[in-house]
Amino acid sequence: MPDAPGRDEPDAAHGAGSLGRRGRYERAQRRRSTLIASVSTVLSVAALAVLIPLTPGWDRVQQSFFSWSVFRDSLPQLWSPFLLNLKIFVICAPCILVLGMLVAMARNVRSPALFPVRLFAATYTNVVRGVPVILWITLIGFGVPGLFQKRAWYTKGIVWGSVALVVCYSAYVAEVFRAGIESVHESQRAAARSLGLTSRQTMLGIIVPQAVRRVVPPLMNDLVSLQKDVALVSVIGTVEALRRATILKDKTFNFTPYVAAAVLFLLVSIPLTVLTDFLLARERRMTGSTAVR
Amino acid sequence: MNDGATIPKLSLLNVEKSFALRKVLDDVSLDVGTHQVVSLIGASGSGKSTLLRCVNLLESINEGKILLDGTDISEPGLAVDPIRRRIGMVFQSYNLFPHMTVLRNVTHAPRKVLGTARTEAEADAKELLGRFGLAEKAGAYPDQLSGGQQQRVAIVRALAMAPELMLLDEVTAALDPVLVGEVLNVIREVRSAGMTMVLATHEMGFAREISDVVCFLRDGRIHEQGPPEQIFNAPTETGTAEFLARVIASGRL
Repeated sequence: MPDAPGRDEPDAAHGAGSLGRRGRYERAQRRRSTLIASVSTVLSVAALAVLIPLTPGWDRVQQSFFSWSVFRDSLPQLWSPFLLNLKIFVICAPCILVLGMLVAMARNVRSPALFPVRLFAATYTNVVRGVPVILWITLIGFGVPGLFQKRAWYTKGIVWGSVALVVCYSAYVAEVFRAGIESVHESQRAAARSLGLTSRQTMLGIIVPQAVRRVVPPLMNDLVSLQKDVALVSVIGTVEALRRATILKDKTFNFTPYVAAAVLFLLVSIPLTVLTDFLLARERRMTGSTAVR
Repeated sequence: MNDGATIPKLSLLNVEKSFALRKVLDDVSLDVGTHQVVSLIGASGSGKSTLLRCVNLLESINEGKILLDGTDISEPGLAVDPIRRRIGMVFQSYNLFPHMTVLRNVTHAPRKVLGTARTEAEADAKELLGRFGLAEKAGAYPDQLSGGQQQRVAIVRALAMAPELMLLDEVTAALDPVLVGEVLNVIREVRSAGMTMVLATHEMGFAREISDVVCFLRDGRIHEQGPPEQIFNAPTETGTAEFLARVIASGRL
């Protein structure tokens, strides 16, 4: 395909004449699929917008979930607790990526002497993943501070709630990394080792970079999920966005603060996913060969 | 080959290798002198690739010895990395690192293993790439190259470590005839620079042209070895003759 594929109307002015029979056919096809996509989207959204308000309970639901005045009042009050969510997320995420990668690499060590390391890593992922996140947060968040006599920063629930998040998510992320590491073909290892690279240099320089690129989408999945699960530390009394929304709900007898909180979560997670998709597409354009239709 | 005074670059002494219960290499003995080119021919599964992988210590052997410059490199527990950096290996499926440009593919090992400075490694790499007609591909990624170009880059990558010995494992098996030609030219060039090489190949014409010694492998044994004229024109073993007759029948010689 010499002229930009996937682009609509590559210079329509002098395009029509210079396009061959095949080019004209493909352009018609592209226009047709764009048209179908737009029409079907408009119709579905319109149907929802018309049909939902026709349900018998709509007025009540609109009043208690989508009250504009409550939304306007609660959003600013949710903002600073939501910053706490973000803070927990921003601190936990790098810890999770590092710990997850370490566990994944530990599960991949081949030396027989390091079998205990492998066993420990496997046990860790299996035990941690087998228990609900909310339970870990409760157990670690309430349990560990009980070990200390005095009150200090390290006896706060929020600290141990975050630790619990790191413990849980590292296990999930480790499995994602492990899948990535194992997906890199053995021949890459052979090529690297045959050049004299040590097993460590091979892992860090050759295997892991390829593995990470492959698992970015599932990794983002886990990070977006973490971004939401930060709200679970509310169960040990930390006043973050969800907790604050509950308080506001109790005050106003209205569920709209929850919707406002949801909007805040979306404000972070959607740009996060769009950014990764963009980065991945760019990476593929740079290193890849021509895309297959 | 071993005429007493000079130690061969590489010696295999009664090498034996089994996968599970199957013997893949059986009592293989072979000497490769410095600057010599030895070709391994034989049907698929005859042990050619395994032999090369054993020499590069990617596989461990069960019996026998492998000597590099007279030193046993097959001894269990020996540090393998310093030995591997003296031996270059090129694979059938290129095995370039897809996340690195051509230039980084070539400079990565010299920089990490030999500690060559970046500017120096890049200058060396560009010189090598230029010699093999790849100068303008330095910034490309492997997936953007043809198979022949990728394989030439793989050879350059191995050469960048300045190895004493090169092992080529059916490096043209995945290429069409035109691309085979360009890769073979590169190997001719490497030979003319005096590189010691052991190559497993299905290109009989090329093996005849480039080798000092041709080894015919069958069922993990060296069935016959000798100068190419002997192996191709007047094989003494019936097995060799049969194999060559089959190759000729399929139009590959």
